[in-house]
Amino acid sequence: MLQLEPRLENSRVWIIATPVIAVLCTIIAGGAMFALLGINPVQATQTIFWAPLFDPELSAYARPQILVKAAPLILIAIGLSIGFRANIWNIGAEGQYVMGAIAAGAVGLAFYPLDAWYIFPLMFVAGLVGGAAWGFIPAMLKTRFGANEILVSLMLVYVAEHFLASVSLGFLRNPDGSGFPGSRNFQQYESAANPELIAGTGIHLGVIFAIFVVALAYALIRFHRFGYQVNLTGKSLRAARFSGVNPTKLTIACLCLSGALAGLAGMFELTGPAGQLTIDFNVGYGFTAIIVAFLGRLHPIGITAAGLLMALTYIGGELGQFMLNLPSAAIQAFQGMLLFFLLSLEFLTTYRIRFKLKRDA
Amino acid sequence: MKKILMLAAAFLLTASISSVADPLKVGFIYVGPTGDHGWTYEHDQGRIALEAALGDQIETSFVESVPEGADSERVLTQMALSGHDLIYTTSFGYMDPTINVAQKFPDVKFEHATGYKQADNVATYSARFYEGRAVIGHIAGRVTQSNVIGYIASFPIPEVIRGINSAYLHAKAVNPDVEMKIVWVFSWFDPAKEADAAQALIDQGADILMQHTDSPAAMNIAEDAGIFAFGQASDMSKFGPNAHLTAIINNWGPYYVERTNAVIDGTWTSGDTWDGIGAEMVKMGPMSDKIPAEVQQEAQALIAAIANGDYHPFTGPISRQDGSAWLNDGEIADDGTLLGMNFYVEGIEGDIPQ
Repeated sequence: MLQLEPRLENSRVWIIATPVIAVLCTIIAGGAMFALLGINPVQATQTIFWAPLFDPELSAYARPQILVKAAPLILIAIGLSIGFRANIWNIGAEGQYVMGAIAAGAVGLAFYPLDAWYIFPLMFVAGLVGGAAWGFIPAMLKTRFGANEILVSLMLVYVAEHFLASVSLGFLRNPDGSGFPGSRNFQQYESAANPELIAGTGIHLGVIFAIFVVALAYALIRFHRFGYQVNLTGKSLRAARFSGVNPTKLTIACLCLSGALAGLAGMFELTGPAGQLTIDFNVGYGFTAIIVAFLGRLHPIGITAAGLLMALTYIGGELGQFMLNLPSAAIQAFQGMLLFFLLSLEFLTTYRIRFKLKRDA
Repeated sequence: MKKILMLAAAFLLTASISSVADPLKVGFIYVGPTGDHGWTYEHDQGRIALEAALGDQIETSFVESVPEGADSERVLTQMALSGHDLIYTTSFGYMDPTINVAQKFPDVKFEHATGYKQADNVATYSARFYEGRAVIGHIAGRVTQSNVIGYIASFPIPEVIRGINSAYLHAKAVNPDVEMKIVWVFSWFDPAKEADAAQALIDQGADILMQHTDSPAAMNIAEDAGIFAFGQASDMSKFGPNAHLTAIINNWGPYYVERTNAVIDGTWTSGDTWDGIGAEMVKMGPMSDKIPAEVQQEAQALIAAIANGDYHPFTGPISRQDGSAWLNDGEIADDGTLLGMNFYVEGIEGDIPQ
């Protein structure tokens, strides 16, 4: 007879072991799927997990690219996780990401073609403020009128996307772009560019900043009063109130903080890898970051690992497509399996399975 | 551990052996899924035609659903690193990434669809889809009962605006009462949005739909509503057997074969190709028997005239939307103006999104 017993404390062994088991389960289930599609399952999983890291032709480029792809995910997920710990649900990071990029882009283009050292720092501030301001709207509506922040923040994503389309076609459009929508390319405007720091790797300032934010978030949660308040609010709002937490201030702080980090992710992406504000500038980092935050158990180190794992499967998936002709839908299914196993096996850390013989009464 | 290392060694060995044989490696990157039944589907049909034509001389691979921007630059870099000799980048938004990657890999040849930036190792190609639009515009003008044509537009770029103008001019020429309603969906491939747009147009009285988006969603809606529509990029008749009048088919295969052969021969040079019905880069699908026989004959005559160069769809007199003259009587639009077209012609209502 199988029985589930809640553990008094989360098992440290299982915290380490579940991701490993989940990856193994994914390889087995995903391998079966690949075999059914007539693709060599060993080769397929090897290409997805192994080739980006160790392929002799590709790894020198693919390894740093994993960091580049993971950086915005981690940056956004860290911000979201702090709110999530306090049961403040910002679902609209995608919109904050877009608004941060637009604000930064507008500031940068306002100076074009001036060459000055202070332009990029000003764009940094603009990205931060743009994202935070977009996060402040659901915060204000929640604290003042009790509006649900999940709905408001999500709806604001669509508003931001329409605004993005409007500026790409309108006041930020490249006047030298032959009538095509989209801004000037920031990679070609030195004072506003966020170029690669090590040639051939794609590593840019945003990657360094993401690492810095991970460390900062760890310290905040571990040692700072704010981190304590966030955790306490998540566990019991009543207890938090008694200990002097002001829920209004905390809600505003969490939504603005996550908005600011999303906005900065947008700013770094715009000035670096993407280069250009276009109608479809955003590719879903804000939504994927929600998965990354939960996959990382809302912990900065976990989020870093989860972000890197997601990036690895993206890049490995692309390699699988052109090296083995895997269909992209199969790769998405494979990624889905990985998430499913990771999240479903999480219960092993909080529950223990007991085998009991059935006894007569 | 030892076993893992041996496995790795075996893997690396097989990997390096497989790269010793040297068929030309040809890569494709697609903005949508190959199963979109529209734009990407036809590029993939071109790839399949290329494989059929050149067989063992080449090896093709593709990555589908790659977002334009940073992701496409990474995919292109990895394709170049893994030994591709020729890469077709099949969407407008891959323009800057293609140029960036081409700079880093001067020995790899790139072919970018629908863009305007070339380099020593980057050629561009596109099709004169507006010729097909002229044909469907003519048919729509003759067939419509409500005199309202619905047009689902993707992005307000010259390519799309040119298509709207061409279709409108040729509908108007045969039916002075015709009106065109345009809905912008700001996406190339989003079946849900395309379906919403189709429904919105039907609600506004449209009894014929045209689209510049890639999915057959609007065709389904047209079939359900009992109205007509045209296939886009590909024959979509199986999604609307009664609704489907004809289709503008993008036929990339011959171009891919020609350009790939040029790389094999060592005669490839950069350049710009803009072919239409004459060169069969644009083809019209079979005509539905819902189109009256005389209209079919008119359409076939129009196709023939465009194909042999007797007729250009943008032949004056044509005025701009604001009433100012664009082309004088008998004057033919030059390619430069067409490529940068950012205005509606006279008679179209509404504004191009700004």
